[in-house]
Formats: sequence, C-alpha cells, structure tokens
Amino acid sequence: MRPTLLSITRDELDLAALVRLVTEHSDEPPGRHGAVVTFLGTVRGENLGRRVLELEYQAYEPLAVRAFEIIAAEAAEAWPAALLALHHRIGTLRPGDVSVAMAVASPHRAEAFKACRYAIERVKQIAPIWKREIFEGGEAWIEGATADPSDSVARRAARERACR
Amino acid sequence: MQIAIRLFARLRDIAGAADLVRDVPEGATVETAWQALAIEFPAMAPHRAALSVAVNAEYARFTRGLAERDEVVFLPPVSGG
Repeated sequence: MRPTLLSITRDELDLAALVRLVTEHSDEPPGRHGAVVTFLGTVRGENLGRRVLELEYQAYEPLAVRAFEIIAAEAAEAWPAALLALHHRIGTLRPGDVSVAMAVASPHRAEAFKACRYAIERVKQIAPIWKREIFEGGEAWIEGATADPSDSVARRAARERACR
Repeated sequence: MQIAIRLFARLRDIAGAADLVRDVPEGATVETAWQALAIEFPAMAPHRAALSVAVNAEYARFTRGLAERDEVVFLPPVSGG
C-alpha cells in the first residue's frame, strides 16, 4: 500500500520515505519543487532537570489524522505551493528515537521553511497526542495546549513563529 | 440512549479504562455526559477547564447535542511532537 502523506504509526519513522512522498507525489510534476525542508522531533534524554528513560505516546488516531489534515489545509492556505508530509509515531520511545517526522516541498525554500515550522507548532497545539514521561524516580503526563483548532490566538502564534 | 466514551492520558488513568459505555438521557449534550463522568470519577472534575472534546472523531464543543451510539472523547491538554 502506498504510504500516505499524513499518518500515525507504531513503526519506526522513515524520513527518506517522507521526502519521496512530497517529491514524487502523484499530483506534482517532477522538478516542480526547488526545496525540501525536513524536520525530525526526537526524544530528549533530559527534561526539566530529570533523566528521561522512556516516553509513552498515546493518540486518538482518527482525530489525530484529522488534525494533520486541518494543519495541512491551513499550511496550504498560507503557502499554496508547499506540500506537507507528516508522520507521528506512538507507543514507547527511548531517548534518541524519532517521534515525529515531516517533509515539506515547495518551489522555493522560504515557503518550505515557514510551512514546516508552522506545521510542527500546530501539531503541538491541536493534535490529540499525549506523552507520559518515565524518568528516573517517577513518571508524569506532559500537558501542553488545550486542543482547539478554532482558537485563532493559537493559530496566529504559530504563524508568527513560522514567519519571524 | 447509549454513548461510547473514550479516554486518554490522565483521564484514562483515573478511570482505569480506555473505553466506557454509558447511558445518557435524550437531549443530553457533551456537558451532560461530562457531568455524569465527573460524578462517577470525582478525580476528573478539576480537569474540566483544560479539556477539549471530540464527537465521532471531529472536534466539538461541550454544548454539542448527543445521539445514540455517538463516540465522545474528552481530550486533556495535548503534548505531541
């Protein structure tokens, strides 16, 4: 089966596959893009002064994919020429493991960088994904943003981080 | 009518279950379902202010009306990435 641009998986992430997805996408003629920007989120072995042993990721998968679709649509609205692939891993990950991988292709580098930064900011704001940190001496759910895609303040903040 | 409730992260730990099936009255909203859940699991109640919700895998509001067999998901603050 052809891998999809947007997905949640328990498998190891494959950045090269994401690059192929955006550069060989069926809707795009070859050579249309002049830039591919990639991003990997990796598990940091230290957080808030504690030694991280594992991160346990959960996702509400159908809504997480829906969130990625919303993010891709928002990015396409702002940077119409940019094409986004976004895969997020769930399950138990250890320091150094890749938890999220993205590739953004576009005719020119500026919009690829912006769309990539925007997308990861929005993932952190709205995607229904949670991580429990198992650290030396304890464990804790990490809690960030209240997931609300219609929160225009959050959306504007993501846009500003992408464009500064 | 019966609805399905799915729980994640902290809320799943509190309930000790990922999936629940509960009866709610006709005309119930997401808020109605939450109130009943918070009575059943009082440790959930303080989390209300930071939650968002989804119904049938679409983002929704607490005012959303529910129908038989709807799947309601209460979303604690997210931490993907």
